[in-house]
Formats: sequence, structure tokens, C-alpha cells
Amino acid sequence: MTGPIDFTRRAALAGAGGALLAGLPFGSWAQSPLLKPSPIGGTGTSLTDFLTGGTPVRLGRVRLDLPVLAENGNSVPMTVTVDSPMTSGDHVKAIHLVSERNPVRLMASFHLGPWSGKAEVASRVRLAGSQRVFALAQMSDGSFWLGLADVIVTLSACIDES
Amino acid sequence: MTARVQVPARIARGDVIQVRLLVQHPMETGYQRDDVGNVIPRNTIRTLSCRFDGQEVFRADLSSGVAANPYLQFPLRVSGPGTLAFSWVDDAGVEGTHNQPLEVTG
Repeated sequence: MTGPIDFTRRAALAGAGGALLAGLPFGSWAQSPLLKPSPIGGTGTSLTDFLTGGTPVRLGRVRLDLPVLAENGNSVPMTVTVDSPMTSGDHVKAIHLVSERNPVRLMASFHLGPWSGKAEVASRVRLAGSQRVFALAQMSDGSFWLGLADVIVTLSACIDES
Repeated sequence: MTARVQVPARIARGDVIQVRLLVQHPMETGYQRDDVGNVIPRNTIRTLSCRFDGQEVFRADLSSGVAANPYLQFPLRVSGPGTLAFSWVDDAGVEGTHNQPLEVTG
């Protein structure tokens, strides 16, 4: 079917997309519903709240390096760097990797300390499709900082039974 | 389960080095089926830790979101010669260990 119906649907979709984008300026990603959706096991706690204990998350200090385009989602190289002096009084305690689309959203947690000397961890992750990946750093002063990266995945990691 | 560890050949006291670790493990997600249609049960390394002379200097909690044969790179300030002791355990309860001596020059 073409004509008015198609136009209406298209306009509606464009309107919805525009409204979504307008409601989410870059700086507010930490508060975006994307980080607050799936309650864990029906407890009503979002993954972010589960990790932070309700502490507000700020955007910055964390750099998440992922390829812009990954050909194979089964193994995507990833590097997280956190801006921190890594002294006994001011260091990164943990870095959590959160996926937007993977069936297991908390991909990995890395625990560091002042003995690490610097805050940089690298690994290879599985990504179930194009998505935004988040790196959440927990500092020794109790604050939480967020870095993110968008990845286009050409071939998703096998996650379903198709 | 075997592992390979790479550390710099020459380390001076106080250097911050990058420790690179590759563990042989399928990291089965539990979402895949074998040739005859049976679900392959999830089997991933859950926890991997590294101790340097008894003190834990790095720990990683992994999931099916980490690629098969997990590769990990993490920093460490070397206070002196010693041994890096890696240990990990997977869903099947199988434990693995690997020791890597650190030679310190100067």
C-alpha cells in the first residue's frame, strides 16, 4: 500500500525518532533510559543502580576504544582507559563493561588498585549486533564515571537459535 | 586449560608494565546448539585473578560477553622481582592456574 498511509507512518516514525533524539542530548546519556531499562531478575533494580548503588553517574574521564566497524561480533578488540593518577588516595577500583544489546548485559568487570600504576585494560568482547557499549568506572572516592562507544557489527555473535 | 602470559623481557624496579594473558577456553555462551540440535551448556570463565607475591593485583569477572580464548591486558607497577600467580574457575568448576616469574633488572 502506498500513498497517505505510508506517508503518515513515515512521518510518525520520523517524529518519534526526532522526539527521542531531542530528549537525549549527549551529556545526559548517564541519565538516559538506555542505562536504566532492564531490571535484574524482576527485582526492579536497573543494572546501573545495581552497579552504582544509586550514586549519580557522570560522563567523562573514561575512554572506551572500540572499532567503529567490527566485521565479526565474536571477537571485537576493546580498550578502556581511565584518567586517574592511580595513587592510594585516588584510584580506579573497578571498570564495568555494559552492553546495550547482548543477552548478558554486564560483559565483564575488571578490578584494579593503586598497585596497577595506570588504569588501562584491554580485552576482546562478543557483541550481539550494532550497539552502544558503556564503560563504567568506579573510583576510590565513590564516584562513578562513564565512557561510551558506538560499534557497527556486520556479523553478530551467535546468540539465538536461528 | 592452558594459558600464555607475556611480560616485558626487561623490567626496572618501579616500572608500570602491561601484563598480557591469553587463556585457552571456549567461553560457551549457552545460546548455541551442536550439530544434532542439543543446547551446548554455558561454560565461561567466571572469575580470573592475578596475585603478585600473595597480594591480589588484578581480578576480572567475565561472562559470555567475552570472546572465546579470553585475552586480557592489565597494568602492574612492579615493586621488585616475584611471581605472578594466575588462577581462574569456570562454570563447570574446572580451575586453572599459571605462574609467571618476573625478572627485575636494576
